[in-house]
Amino acid sequence: MTVSTVATWVVVIGGLLLLCKPVGIYLYRVFTFQPTLLDRPMKPLENGIFRVLHVTRDSNMSAVEYGVAFVLTNLVWGIMAYTLLRIQGILPFNPEHFGNLNAGLSFNTAASFVTNTNWQAYSGENTMSYFSQFAVLQFLQFVTPASGAAAGLAFVRGLSGRQLGNFFVDLTLVLTRVLLPLAVLFGLAFVALGVPDTLAPYLHVHTLAGQSQVIPRGPIAGWEAIEHLGQNGGGFTGANSANPLENPSALTNILQSLAMGLVPVAFFYMFGLFTGKKRLAWTLIAVAGTLFLTMLAMIYFPESAGNPIVNALGLSGHANMVGKELRFGMGGTSIFETSTMAFTTGSVASAQDSFLPISSLAFFLGMFLNMVFGGKGVGLLNMLMFVILTIFLMGLMVGRTPEFLGKKIEAKEVSLTSVAFLLHPLLILVGSALAVATPAGLAGVFNPGPHGLSEILYGFTSGAANNGSAMGGLGASLPFYELAIGIVMIIGRYASVVAMLLVGESLLHKKAVPQTSGTMRTDTPLFWGVLLGSIVILNALTFFPVMALGPLAEHYLLVAHHVFG
Amino acid sequence: MLLTLKRAVIVTVLLWIMLALGFTFVLVGLGQVFFPYQANGSVVTVQGRPIAARHVGQYFGNRLQYFWGRPSATVSLTTGKPQPYNALNSAPSNEGPTNAVLLHDIQRRIARYLHTTPGLTVGQIPVSLVESSGSGLDPDITVQSALIQVPRVAKYTGLRPARLRQLVRSQVLPPDLGVFGPSRINVVLLNVALYQLLHPQSAAQ
Repeated sequence: MTVSTVATWVVVIGGLLLLCKPVGIYLYRVFTFQPTLLDRPMKPLENGIFRVLHVTRDSNMSAVEYGVAFVLTNLVWGIMAYTLLRIQGILPFNPEHFGNLNAGLSFNTAASFVTNTNWQAYSGENTMSYFSQFAVLQFLQFVTPASGAAAGLAFVRGLSGRQLGNFFVDLTLVLTRVLLPLAVLFGLAFVALGVPDTLAPYLHVHTLAGQSQVIPRGPIAGWEAIEHLGQNGGGFTGANSANPLENPSALTNILQSLAMGLVPVAFFYMFGLFTGKKRLAWTLIAVAGTLFLTMLAMIYFPESAGNPIVNALGLSGHANMVGKELRFGMGGTSIFETSTMAFTTGSVASAQDSFLPISSLAFFLGMFLNMVFGGKGVGLLNMLMFVILTIFLMGLMVGRTPEFLGKKIEAKEVSLTSVAFLLHPLLILVGSALAVATPAGLAGVFNPGPHGLSEILYGFTSGAANNGSAMGGLGASLPFYELAIGIVMIIGRYASVVAMLLVGESLLHKKAVPQTSGTMRTDTPLFWGVLLGSIVILNALTFFPVMALGPLAEHYLLVAHHVFG
Repeated sequence: MLLTLKRAVIVTVLLWIMLALGFTFVLVGLGQVFFPYQANGSVVTVQGRPIAARHVGQYFGNRLQYFWGRPSATVSLTTGKPQPYNALNSAPSNEGPTNAVLLHDIQRRIARYLHTTPGLTVGQIPVSLVESSGSGLDPDITVQSALIQVPRVAKYTGLRPARLRQLVRSQVLPPDLGVFGPSRINVVLLNVALYQLLHPQSAAQ
């Protein structure tokens, strides 16, 4: 392991650990309406918004009202995005004169950005006007993660015995107090480090080698900031953060990795403050952290060892550099890839399709679990879903009524949680089966052999997990995938959030039971082990067969130097 | 329900003004005031002519007298045919590790280096020099990747190998802040320096 790798990992992982407490405290103060540093500049702005909306900070909604507000607001954004993309050609800020998008791509893109997936069946630099980039897609990269965070907040309030709060208040505060200030800071840092931020048209140059080159520009730095702070992951250009225009140095790469994890990890700590169970929060952080480090190792070591088939050629060095950029180093590339899969960002600093099979397995792991911190709010929802399932399973083993945070977990909560849990594999496996069984689906495969199956699986997993990265070879712009993955993204996002909101409310209305010696403790190393074990077992049972046909089969064939022609 | 829908529309309009317009224009403004060079794409000029963006790689493989960058898998937007370093269509090759095409491409690139460079052996060629990048626009190569090209560049420019090795060493970019990322060579900047060595009048201006 090189000095650069160690330094990079220490900065990113250490930074996230050090910041999770102060940021978590800040979040807690903001969402319990206590005074914070940004009151003075932001309060007048917020008061203006609330006055126009006729809501007050302390108003509350029921779970159904909250869910309806969440879904309706998202619907408004979806319709707005679809419409603006369809008429892009007549809108301003279009120096490269890009035309309207067709219906299929507009639907897929609107669904993708509204569900915070940011799957892209296009390349921004040759499809989207500056207006579409900053006023449609970048706008959605602000508001959709904020709405996900709001839903997570409501659930946390319910669990901690508080009223759920008001969706519009939470949405506004996540933006004015968290995402907007951070985006300005990170955006400025990105410009300083070489990311363009301009409304000037593309740059035309004549190269020393006698060719012409057109270099895209645009308001890229601001985009990069919110793309990563919101765990969005939609790239300004096709190559996303592999493109030197978006991610020009090892430092910007580190900042983008940090930006992805900053708020999701702090959300876990905030949960501890809300419920008064800080040790439980650290236990959950330890569970997600263990999985994070596992993924990092699963990516770094195989990629550093390289592709055995290529190594047999006898070149100098043996890292797998296919689809990777030199400037990040292997340590930088692997921490970025781990972050993007753990925090479900879906931005990429290299080509997912060209990674070795064990690294792909780590990518799948992040998206299957969807709670290795996950996106802010939503990742915590998924983690708590596994906590409830684990407590239920342990209750079954010892023959007691399971309890969590002093509330009995009963048939209703377990049913709703199971729906939320089973939905994910259902979407992934049924979607992939459909693709494999139809000529329309198979037409999208790029690489031969088991890797082709991985490409299809990756597409549906990415959609269902609202991750948005792709094994880029897959024909994402084929109508079959535009439609199928579009639908998967929508169901994956809303059904599970609404189910978990209902769980939160149901727990809120239960009478608290006193903690006794028979109560299962959830803040101990034992629970860390049990939770980790159940997460791994539940997911292995679900996904092992299909992993055996994809990445695992490919791994053993690779070791045997088998090539597909 | 209707009231919620109305609120959803109103909040969207207000947030849009704040985030789509406010944030974008304020940041573009700050960037143009404080970091105008970076904000406008870090343009590299030779004799007052823009010839490159500092961070975006360019294709030199058509000229034997220049240093070559990493392979690029970008294609033309109109024909779909290979067009290396097409910044309008950034993309990787997406070739998987067991794909025969990947192996074939690597072998073809090795053969080209061996064919054009006097005295070069396979064991000297860094793997990153024959494997294509993630964006197709990677501006950098390793120091060794530049040094092994010196015999070819010397042959086609008439410059002494020792002078070229000195040039390469003068262009080494250290890791960010001394520790983050590898030492590397920006091929565009290296070739600009080479051009100025060959055309002393261009460097003077």
